[in-house]
Amino acid sequence: MKTFLLELLNNEVLVYTLMAIMPLIWVIPFALFAVWWERKISAHMQDRLGPMYTGGWHGWSQTIADIAKLIQKEDIIPTAADKKLFMLAPYVVFTGSYAAYAAIPFAASYVGSEINIGLFYIISISSLVVVGLLMAGWASNNKWSLFGALRSAAQIVSYEVPVALSLLAVVMVVGTFDLQEINHLQTGPVWNWLVFQKFPLLLFACLIYIVASLAEVNRTPFDLPEAESELVGGYHTEYGGMRFALLFLSEYANMFAVSAIAVSLFFGGWNSPFGDFLSGHWLLDLFWFLSKGMALIFVQMWLRWTLPRLRVDQLMYVGWKVLVPFSFAIILGIGVWVLAAGQ
Amino acid sequence: MSRYFRNVWDGFFTVLIGMKITWAHLFTRAVTRQYPTVKAKLPERARNRLYVNMDDCIGCDQCAMACPVDCITIETVKSTPDVDLGLTSVGTKKRLYVTRFDIDIAKCCYCALCVYPCPTECINMTDVYEFSEYERQNLVYKFAIMTPAEIDAAKSRLAAYDKEQAAKKAAAAAAAAAAKAAAPPAPQTPATGPAPAPAPAAKTAAPATAPQGSTAPAGSPAPAPKPPATDTPSAGPQQENKP
Repeated sequence: MKTFLLELLNNEVLVYTLMAIMPLIWVIPFALFAVWWERKISAHMQDRLGPMYTGGWHGWSQTIADIAKLIQKEDIIPTAADKKLFMLAPYVVFTGSYAAYAAIPFAASYVGSEINIGLFYIISISSLVVVGLLMAGWASNNKWSLFGALRSAAQIVSYEVPVALSLLAVVMVVGTFDLQEINHLQTGPVWNWLVFQKFPLLLFACLIYIVASLAEVNRTPFDLPEAESELVGGYHTEYGGMRFALLFLSEYANMFAVSAIAVSLFFGGWNSPFGDFLSGHWLLDLFWFLSKGMALIFVQMWLRWTLPRLRVDQLMYVGWKVLVPFSFAIILGIGVWVLAAGQ
Repeated sequence: MSRYFRNVWDGFFTVLIGMKITWAHLFTRAVTRQYPTVKAKLPERARNRLYVNMDDCIGCDQCAMACPVDCITIETVKSTPDVDLGLTSVGTKKRLYVTRFDIDIAKCCYCALCVYPCPTECINMTDVYEFSEYERQNLVYKFAIMTPAEIDAAKSRLAAYDKEQAAKKAAAAAAAAAAKAAAPPAPQTPATGPAPAPAPAAKTAAPATAPQGSTAPAGSPAPAPKPPATDTPSAGPQQENKP
C-alpha cells in the first residue's frame, strides 16, 4: 500500500499523511453505524424497537442526526475547570485509541505501519487512553468526573495485565510480534486459526482476552468509569457538544481496535474461513476482517445488554484473582507444550 | 480451592445463561406501539375529552352543578311561548336558549360526574386524548352554537315578552284593583285602605311606559331596549352559576 502510494504520488509527506488518515475512512462511519446498531440491539434485546423514524428505514440515520446536533452545540467549559487540560483531554483519548490503528492489518496488502513489533506497540500506545481519561476527570473539577477517572485508571491498569498475558500466550506460540506475520500463519481453513491451536489453551487465552478487553474499553459489565446510574457520566460528565462526541467516537474506535486485535490474533485476521475459497483479493480480505470484527463487536454489545455492572471490589477480584492466575497458568502450559513439542 | 474453581465456573456459566436469554429476546416480537401512527384502542368507557351535543342540551345546568372543579359555565335565556325550540332526541321539550356552554378542559379532572345527571345524555366523555394547546385559553371549549346576533334577538324577544306580560299583569292588577276599589270598598278598614293604594299607583306608572316599550321592538328589533330591570330577572339565576 505504502509503496504503491509512493509510486503514485512521489511525495513522502503526502503519502504518510494519507496513510495516517486512512483508518478514519472506516472508524468514523463505523462509530456512527455502531451507535445506531447498539441502540437497535439493546432495544430488541429488551423487546423494544429503538429509533424508528429518522431516515425512514428503522431510523438508520439517527446517529447522523445526533452528531449534527452535537456539532451545532455550544462549547461549554466549566468556570472551575482546568481549561487547558479540559480542552486537551478528548484529543489525547482519541489519539490513544486511534494510534492503535496504525498497526492493525486490515488486509494482506494494507497495514498502516509495517513494524515487526505491532502487537507490542498496540498494547503500549493504547495505555495513552488512561492518561486522557485521567486528564478529563481531573480537569473537569467535578467529583463524579474524578471518581470516574480514578476508577478508569485503576481498572485499565489492572486489566492490562491479563490482556498482555493472554496476548503473550499467542506470541509464545507464533514467536513473533508482527501482526501481519501472525495473520499469514493462520491462512487456511478455520482450524488453522490460532484460537484452535494448542487446544484448549489458546481458547482460554482468547476468552480471557475478550473479558479483559471489555474492561479496557470501559464497556459493561466493566463500565464503572461511566456508571451513569451512580456517577452521572463519569469522566465525561462535564463534556458536551463536539468534545463529548470525540470521547464517544474514541470509545467506539477503541471497541473496534480491541476486536481487531482479537480477530488478528485468534480468529484468522483477514483470512477467509474457507481456506482459498473467497480469498486473495484485498477487498475480500477487508470484508473478512471487518465482518469478523463486527461479529466481536456484536458480542461486546450482547454482553453489555446482558450483564449488570460489577462492583469495584468485584472488578478487582475478577481481574487479579481470576484472570491473572488463569493467564499465568495458560502461559505456563503453553511454555511446557512448546518446550516439549516445539511450535 | 475447589470452591474457587466452582465460583469461576459459575461466573462463566451464568454469563452464558444470561446471553442465551438475551439472544432469545433479540428475536421476540417487540411490544412497542409506534404511538403517533399506531394507537392503542381505548377501553369502551375510557374517560377523556368531554363532548356536548348541543342539539340535545336543554340548559338545565345540572352538569355544571355536579362538576367538582367548576369547569362548566352555562348561561341560558328563556324562550317565549311563541317559539318552539324543538325536542331533544330523548323527547324532552327544550325551553331555554343555551347562550353559553363553556368547558374549561384544563380544569377538568375527568371524573365524569357531569355525565350522570344529564337528563338528555348530551354530555359525555369521548376517547379523544390528544388536545394539547400552546395557549391555555384555547383549552376553554365553547360549545354554544348561537351567534351573538341570535342571542341578542332572543334576549330582546324575551324582554319584550316580559314587558308585555308585566303590562298585562299590571293591567289585570289595575283592573282587579279598580274592580275591588269600585265594588267592595266598604268592608275594607280605612287603616288598610291606603296600603293597597300606592301599589296600584306604582303599577299604573309601569304600564305608562310599557306600551311604548312593547311597540318599539315590533317596528325595529335591532335597537330593542334592553332595560336592565327586565334583563336581570331572566339572567339572574344563571349569574349565580358563574365560577
